[in-house]
Amino acid sequence: MPFKDCKVKNKANVLPDFPMGGIHPPERKELTEHLPIEVMPDPPKVALFLKQHVGYPTEVMFNLLSELHSPDYYLEDNICKDGACRLDHAEKKQVTIGELVGSTENKIGATLHSGINGVVDGVFDTIHPVLGKSPAIIVSNDGHNTKPSFSTKDWTKYSKEELLAKIKAAGIVGLGGAGFPADIKLNVKPDIFLDTLILNGSECEPYLTCDHRVMAEYPKEIIEGAKIILKILGITRCVIGIENNKPDAIKALENAVKNDPDKMGYDIFIQPLTVKYPHGSADQIMQSITDRVRPSGKRSSSIGIIVQNVYTTKTIYDAVVLDKPLYERVVTISGRGIARQANLLVKIGTPLSEIVEYLGGTTNDLAKIVIGGPMMGVAVSSLKVPITKTTSGVLFLTREEIGEDQKYGPCIRCGFCLDACPMGLEPNNIGVFVEAGKGAECEQFGFSKDCFQCGSCAYVCPAKRPLVQFIGLAQIKVEEAKRKEEN
Amino acid sequence: MKSPTQIVERPFYKNLSVSFSPHARASVSTERIMWTVVACLMPSLILSMFVFGLQTLVITAVSVISCVLTETISQKLLKKPITIHDGSAVITGVLMAYVIPPGVPVWMPIPGAIMAIFITKIIMGGMGFNVFNPALMGRALLMASYPVAMTAGWVTPIKDLSLGRYFNAGVDAVSSATPLYVLKHYGINGLIEKFGSMSTMYFDFFFGFSPGCIGETSACVLLVGGLILLYKGYITWHIPVSVIVSTALFTWIFGGETWFSGNPILAVLSGGVILGAFFMATDYVTSPNERRGQLIFGAGIGALTVLIRLKGGYPEGVCYAILLMNPLVPALDQWFRPKRFSEGAL
Repeated sequence: MPFKDCKVKNKANVLPDFPMGGIHPPERKELTEHLPIEVMPDPPKVALFLKQHVGYPTEVMFNLLSELHSPDYYLEDNICKDGACRLDHAEKKQVTIGELVGSTENKIGATLHSGINGVVDGVFDTIHPVLGKSPAIIVSNDGHNTKPSFSTKDWTKYSKEELLAKIKAAGIVGLGGAGFPADIKLNVKPDIFLDTLILNGSECEPYLTCDHRVMAEYPKEIIEGAKIILKILGITRCVIGIENNKPDAIKALENAVKNDPDKMGYDIFIQPLTVKYPHGSADQIMQSITDRVRPSGKRSSSIGIIVQNVYTTKTIYDAVVLDKPLYERVVTISGRGIARQANLLVKIGTPLSEIVEYLGGTTNDLAKIVIGGPMMGVAVSSLKVPITKTTSGVLFLTREEIGEDQKYGPCIRCGFCLDACPMGLEPNNIGVFVEAGKGAECEQFGFSKDCFQCGSCAYVCPAKRPLVQFIGLAQIKVEEAKRKEEN
Repeated sequence: MKSPTQIVERPFYKNLSVSFSPHARASVSTERIMWTVVACLMPSLILSMFVFGLQTLVITAVSVISCVLTETISQKLLKKPITIHDGSAVITGVLMAYVIPPGVPVWMPIPGAIMAIFITKIIMGGMGFNVFNPALMGRALLMASYPVAMTAGWVTPIKDLSLGRYFNAGVDAVSSATPLYVLKHYGINGLIEKFGSMSTMYFDFFFGFSPGCIGETSACVLLVGGLILLYKGYITWHIPVSVIVSTALFTWIFGGETWFSGNPILAVLSGGVILGAFFMATDYVTSPNERRGQLIFGAGIGALTVLIRLKGGYPEGVCYAILLMNPLVPALDQWFRPKRFSEGAL
């Protein structure tokens, strides 16, 4: 055994914690944590981005005709007028719920499925929260109201390869936000030593409650999904780490483990964690639960651990047992800027405008729309942005919730960011160096590629400096300098 | 849920804020920290008005106003944004007044303010880039330029906290020597003789009824302010504790007739040790960021303070000790980096 062993099971009163950094932003989960998952009706159109995961873009499965004009439904003002490819009218393809619309050929990538019954219009540039615009397959709803039916199958007879093939076919990616294709992640080379699977249910971002509701409502599916992953990995130990502010989810999963009729020799237990941001980061949850630290620049499998999101585990169950592809997901719609908050089960590709309409509109004091959580999410200016596989929440925030937008001041060297950074970086010095145009010299202030943009440093900064963005710029400058040196 | 009347249909969202992440920020701001420090310093000023007379208020006001004016004028001349609202110039003004004697002429803080704000801070690059503590640089200039006023302006404290004494006759300032001066030239027995008894001496030192600079005499009141800053999380214990412990330790070892016979309590309560430890050495800009660096920084201040007090020409050494440790801060920050996450990796 090359590693220190896991901590003792469910230590009484002593919750595991990660030792370095971390902050306690107001949770604001009370807005949605008690609301059961609600199914939203199918939208009139969905836009499925060809790239909503880590890896190569999905390949379109149809013969496309080049077109200059595009339907203005997804396009705003004069941006994104080019690059639209429409299907020939004669070729327009009828799809049903769950039907494959985009494939991936033996590459790191994910397949795409239509979430509605309808017609594929083609591929159009669509407003993207980060990229500005990005090609997406547009499917229009044709009003057919056929619901797909799924039957449970006995998954235990499948081999590892068959299980991975099913996960790949269902287009499952990490739903926590990174969007790494699940089949690639779970296909670990046999010579790598693994001993623990960690299911990440900490959901440390304020406001977000989608994982919480999934854990509370589908505990059996998650345990079953954990067993599927354990079988693929060929190991027996699984720890489900959940922040202690979700007692109902912890209880539900503990009951599901206790009442599991066939444990199949797997050792699954629930580990409550201290409530601290960013406990949901893979590095922090691994250190918290197993005391192991990932070396800089290496994968978590190098220390014998695979970390998977609980909601991804549930969709793996759906994919393997029900043959249900990933075409819908639970999204937390929260914030005081929308008439009604909800945990909505929406079709991937649904534009925000449909969700806003379904929930009764926004309020007068809406000040910011954020896709994702308040710490790491992206602010958007348009409601035509569609939901992607990695969208865990959409927040409609009021001025009261986000505070005034302020100009940032000079660094006063208070050192709060050093105490907040979970990776032991020096955001203050990186910021000062980047401002002085010396971003390339920032290696001395920490392995800046360790930064996963949790935003803890910027959260505590009294001068309101954009430290996350400074570090991002430093990363680029360091890379540039390295490349120059090599040439 | 909001009432439906508040809901509006908005096809276009023109006034949305689209700033970058994080979208939540802690409520603490530079301004709030600075003004809290000013508030924590105020009790000392109030006490000094009773103990030394109203001229302490006048000197502090002159100091603050001249610091703020210097900052405004110099930033205007250099065409930089004016940042007086952040409160840092006010802190510098208050701290500079606190480390000059109560009996100096009222114009005295003005040259100090120009030194502190313009030379030490603004032309070094403004807030966040000064190497030396501005308030102490101001005092150092005054010590060098007006040594007579700065070493003779002591006022005998009046142990009467009732307002009535302001209306009585004969409250004129009486010149007196500071305890550290007495200690340096007449020894511990001379000091006890001056205060009457050992316990009266400690009582006077702790509550601020001994001669000294405007804001440094009352350990009690300064400790309350310092503890508020600690409780608020604006400073950590490392610098104050290491300054106080190392001052006490080195005084105990070297301060007496023989080794290990010095009086550590007297050393900590007298002079500007408490004020320096909690309010000057902890200045963010001129102190190290890393905990080990902070401990060494504080220990160095204590050691230099004792060295100057025992062997130097001045009876008091906190000011110069901090100024001597200030330029070491970049080096300390280089030597002691925070522990990186991956350093503990397998």
